[in-house]
Amino acid sequence: MTALWLIARRELMAILRSPLGFVVAALVLAADGLLFHTRALGGGEKYSTEVLTQFFFDLSGLTMIASIPLSMRLLAGERQRGTLTLLLTSPIKDYQIILGKFFGALAFLCLLTLLTLYLPALIVIHGKISIGHLCAGYLGTMLLGAACLAIGIFSSALSKSQIIAAFLTAFALMAMVLFWLVAKVTEAPLDDVFMYLALHNIHFETFRTGKIHLRDVVYYLSVCGFFLFAATRVLESRRWR
Amino acid sequence: MIQCERLTKLFRGVRPVDDVSFETRAGECVGLLGLNGAGKTTLLRMISAVLTPTSGQLSIAGADVTEEAHSVRRQIGYLPENPPVYGEMTVEGFLAFAAGLRRVPRGRVAERIARVGAQCQLEGVLHRRIEHLSFGYRKRVGIAQAIIHQPALVILDEPIAGLDPAQIVSIRELLLSLKGTHTVILSSHMLGEIGQLCDQLLVMHLGRVVACGAPTELFGSPEHTITVVATLGGRRERVVQALEQLDGVLQTEVSAGENNTVKAEVKIAADKRPELSRTLIEAGLDLFDLQQKRDELETLFLRLTGEPTGERS
Repeated sequence: MTALWLIARRELMAILRSPLGFVVAALVLAADGLLFHTRALGGGEKYSTEVLTQFFFDLSGLTMIASIPLSMRLLAGERQRGTLTLLLTSPIKDYQIILGKFFGALAFLCLLTLLTLYLPALIVIHGKISIGHLCAGYLGTMLLGAACLAIGIFSSALSKSQIIAAFLTAFALMAMVLFWLVAKVTEAPLDDVFMYLALHNIHFETFRTGKIHLRDVVYYLSVCGFFLFAATRVLESRRWR
Repeated sequence: MIQCERLTKLFRGVRPVDDVSFETRAGECVGLLGLNGAGKTTLLRMISAVLTPTSGQLSIAGADVTEEAHSVRRQIGYLPENPPVYGEMTVEGFLAFAAGLRRVPRGRVAERIARVGAQCQLEGVLHRRIEHLSFGYRKRVGIAQAIIHQPALVILDEPIAGLDPAQIVSIRELLLSLKGTHTVILSSHMLGEIGQLCDQLLVMHLGRVVACGAPTELFGSPEHTITVVATLGGRRERVVQALEQLDGVLQTEVSAGENNTVKAEVKIAADKRPELSRTLIEAGLDLFDLQQKRDELETLFLRLTGEPTGERS
């Protein structure tokens, strides 16, 4: 097993064994259920597709929130406990440390997302939904979650404190979500740039309505790539300090 | 094994390591001695390729630490002051994880865990979670992870800090067992302990090496005058008489010791110690203990570092 997968497996097991993992999972699943009952199912008669679209909208928001506590500990926590030294003195590359941690946290986030499958199953019992819509929605949620974790791991690399890392992630996510509002008040060509960079608005919209556009997949993978690369550079720069 | 030439680390305008040069041979145990803030940890972090030097040359077994950091990391095992262990893992799981990171072949991991487990006396706790272990055991786990891949160089930062006397004795034995099979470099500010373990000492102060050599050269060279405390059984007058017969005694102070013993403090040239013990035994006295006066070692150390030898504020 390569060092990358060793780190990813240890990270996943650490989250599964920690109270934080259980608390995050319990809160997200409870909130998913509540929102499904009140928002997706509530408000009169609806088509199954509308219910599913609303469900994915709520799920995406909760996934973004869940990525904050999951990512804050990835590097800042290691530094606080002094265990980062173990990784830094091992014959592994810095990018393997970052990717290992990223994939470990992503595996947990995907597991958590898939645990909500019983909610769309309830729609299937009482209505009719397309498998394609379901797959597109979950794919979009996981891509969005991956992008949020990448932003989170970058913040975690910047700070020694997990709390500060969490605030940095929350601030960055909020700013990137609100880019679509900034786009509304800026002029061309900046409005297009901000609209493209907005984390949720246009890029997630296609997934939640059951469509997959390569442009949106590329966007989320680019966000992951950019922030994971930046986190690696931050980790490398720490060897000089 | 380690070749260090004019090594400097500049950090926010401060030089925690300043123009340090030294060399060590394979299989040697080298001690870094210095007060808090002397630059020991920064130097060890550079040797272990965690920190990159600002200037100077540093190579481990011929591999440059800056250019070939990856290759250097294969040859080292590092234990920082606080053991880098994951509390939620079992000792066995953690050692398997550390072995995987250090590229130990999968088929040999179990054998290596058994071996370092025996060496570090961890057999009884291999299946326990690390967070449930005492600090002494966590240090042992930290040493075990540092040697699991059989590195040529083992780097230990303050391996005996924070341990109780019983733990210090067992860790000392463990460190002695590493000598010969590995090159060991360790840091401490506990002069008595480090002097017993190391073949070579580097005394650091304010980022610089202020003295270098074997412990006897630094703290007990023939020209050095030392104070030896002897605990003896016999009459006080006989002790005084015996000491008067010995050449080279500069000053003696004989007083009553505990449990009907006689305590003699003798100021003498360091190379006269064998003669002193022979004279006392030939005089028919029972020699219970003979050691260099403890606080004198600290005074010598402070003299080397240029620190005032009185009370430090």
